[in-house]
Amino acid sequence: MRIKPTLENYTFVLPAVIIFSIFYIIPFFWVFQLGMYDWDGILPTKTFVGLANFTEIFLHDPSWWQAMWNATYITLIALIFQNALAFLLAWACDREIRAKNFYRVVFFIPPILSEIVVGMVWRFIINDVDGANMVNRLLVSVGLGNFAHNWLSDPKTALTTVALVHCWKGFGWGFLIFLAGLQTIPRELYEAARVDGANAWQAFRKVTVPLMIPVVVLVAILTVLGTMQAFVLIIGLVGGEFAGHTSVPVLRILASMRGSSRFGYACAQGITFGMVLVIISFIQYRFSKRARQIT
Amino acid sequence: MRRLFCFASVLLVFSVLGFIALSGCSSQTAKSANTITVWHWMTDRDPAFQELAKKYTQKTGIKVNFELYAPSDAYSQKVRAAAQGQTLPDIFGILGEKRDFASFIKAGHILNLTSYMEEGQGAWKNKFFSKALAVNEFSSGNIYGVNAGIYGAPIDVMAIEMLYNKDLFRELGLNPNRPPETFAEFIDIGKKIKEKNLQGLVSGWGELWMIDCLANDYAFNIMGKDKVIATIRGDVPYTDPDWIKVFTLFKEMRDSGVLVEGVVTMVNKTAEQLFASNKAVFAFNGSWCLNVYKGMNPKLSYGVMLPPKASQARPMSIWGGAGSSFMVNARSKNQEEAVKFLKWLTDKDQQVYLADTTFNLPSNKEALSKIPPILTEFADDVELSTHPNTWGVSEFPAVIETLDKGLQSIVIGEKTPEQVASEAQAVKERELAKKRR
Repeated sequence: MRIKPTLENYTFVLPAVIIFSIFYIIPFFWVFQLGMYDWDGILPTKTFVGLANFTEIFLHDPSWWQAMWNATYITLIALIFQNALAFLLAWACDREIRAKNFYRVVFFIPPILSEIVVGMVWRFIINDVDGANMVNRLLVSVGLGNFAHNWLSDPKTALTTVALVHCWKGFGWGFLIFLAGLQTIPRELYEAARVDGANAWQAFRKVTVPLMIPVVVLVAILTVLGTMQAFVLIIGLVGGEFAGHTSVPVLRILASMRGSSRFGYACAQGITFGMVLVIISFIQYRFSKRARQIT
Repeated sequence: MRRLFCFASVLLVFSVLGFIALSGCSSQTAKSANTITVWHWMTDRDPAFQELAKKYTQKTGIKVNFELYAPSDAYSQKVRAAAQGQTLPDIFGILGEKRDFASFIKAGHILNLTSYMEEGQGAWKNKFFSKALAVNEFSSGNIYGVNAGIYGAPIDVMAIEMLYNKDLFRELGLNPNRPPETFAEFIDIGKKIKEKNLQGLVSGWGELWMIDCLANDYAFNIMGKDKVIATIRGDVPYTDPDWIKVFTLFKEMRDSGVLVEGVVTMVNKTAEQLFASNKAVFAFNGSWCLNVYKGMNPKLSYGVMLPPKASQARPMSIWGGAGSSFMVNARSKNQEEAVKFLKWLTDKDQQVYLADTTFNLPSNKEALSKIPPILTEFADDVELSTHPNTWGVSEFPAVIETLDKGLQSIVIGEKTPEQVASEAQAVKERELAKKRR
């Protein structure tokens, strides 16, 4: 007799399970399966190659690992600068300041802009040949003319410039989540801390930081996932991989699919990339759990 | 129990609706014979296509739906996805290399047009420039394993050449009617450009394939077609002195100042804007640019020139041939109507209309007499054109990528021509070994 209500309950989750399976689980296994084939994405016949595509990625594809390193570099900059900026601005807007609602709207404008538009606008701001060259003009006007150069076409600065523009584009998301997190902290805790003699720094360290750790972890995971997969902004800024200096994994996957017509290899790259992201997220989660225990 | 029944009913209704919705978008080929669907990516030509479609409907009663999917990358993905799902329209184009074209044919997606082309003593076939048709042709015993035949109808011809700004030539003290003919002259102009603080050559070298295109032009000029093809076959290494000479030209261009700073991160649209706004002396671009320049700056005073010769021993070659081609879906129920429409589209009147409105070179030879004068400058050089899709051999994509990125590295002063040659050869040997396995 207990089977019926159980079955009834399962039936209610069935649509969600079906939809999730169709759009997530089945495609994942399908992509994994395709990763074991040599296939151009057009012909009806595929050649089974086992793990050869994965072996090639790990042992014979330096451009893939350069792309992974570039994405890691952009991600590290985003984790540090983008999130620090987002946290500071959220913390400032959480306090009683004038026109804070205005700031909240303004800080959220960059994330809602199209990546390709942001890329082209920043290219215009930075570049001297086809742009307004504002950055170099500013440097010259403050007496730092020696540093003025073509930021996007210099292999030494191209990736960092891309990373900083990405930070500008992405900090609004972190700002919003941090602000929501800060607003959930009960004000009584700060009052109690003040009564106990804590100064602003101590209240921040002992009240804000511990309570914000889950939010910081969430923002960090979202930053890693978002930044590692960035590529549209790069196309807008530098037109592509720029001799490998701005290549990122998604651009490599696209190059395998489109340029080389190696659909199977692109699937293997996608799976490898996905696994790397899962591992990073898992490490971050474990790290945050440990941090929470310590604080 | 009643709740369960209600829920099951709702689920069933949604499933049926979903099935209907999905099956509605599943088959393009099931449409009526009175409607032909054409997929394309040519944003600049869409208004002209729509106009021609109206004319065709008035003439025959058959409706033609031109569906634009841009940009070209998105279009390319759409066509591949449609091929996998067998939902290709009646007529479509393929963007990609010859081997992609061959895969579409082998997968049974493209109709062999040879019999239609040969009808009436080759009446349709003879209308086209041979170079334009060659891109759509597979000879017997081709390396792709495709049955010999013609599988596409070219709707226009393109040639990728250099353009120079006549006003800026005057500013440099040069004769605007005499563009540089040798590479040495070109480099000298580069020095003048640097002295005058002007911008030199602009091109979309951030997109890789255009830098590859110029390198191929010079490879043909310096070593000739046979040696280039021998290199692709693996008989000549990229470390050969002739190839080093080709790569060195890019170093010389960089050193002379004839290249605009940042050319390797430039997309072609930006290059076109710079040239059209009188900010660059030279541009390396395809014949499609005429329409773009016309739209951006109708008063732009410019001329067309071949890339200056680096060697006098051989003629200069340029990339060209069929610009855009249309293929007929071999699974379409409207095959015959689709072929008739393509025949009409490539007739003289329609080709003249397309050339007039879109400034693209017609694929129909008969239409040449009525095209705008600046187009004829490009048309004059079509006979010098060549295209990798007509060579009968294909270089490994990994080698092409290494070469193109290597050329970018030379331009930014990061690598030497010798380094790039060695890297390309190493990748070539790796790919050859993989192929042998």
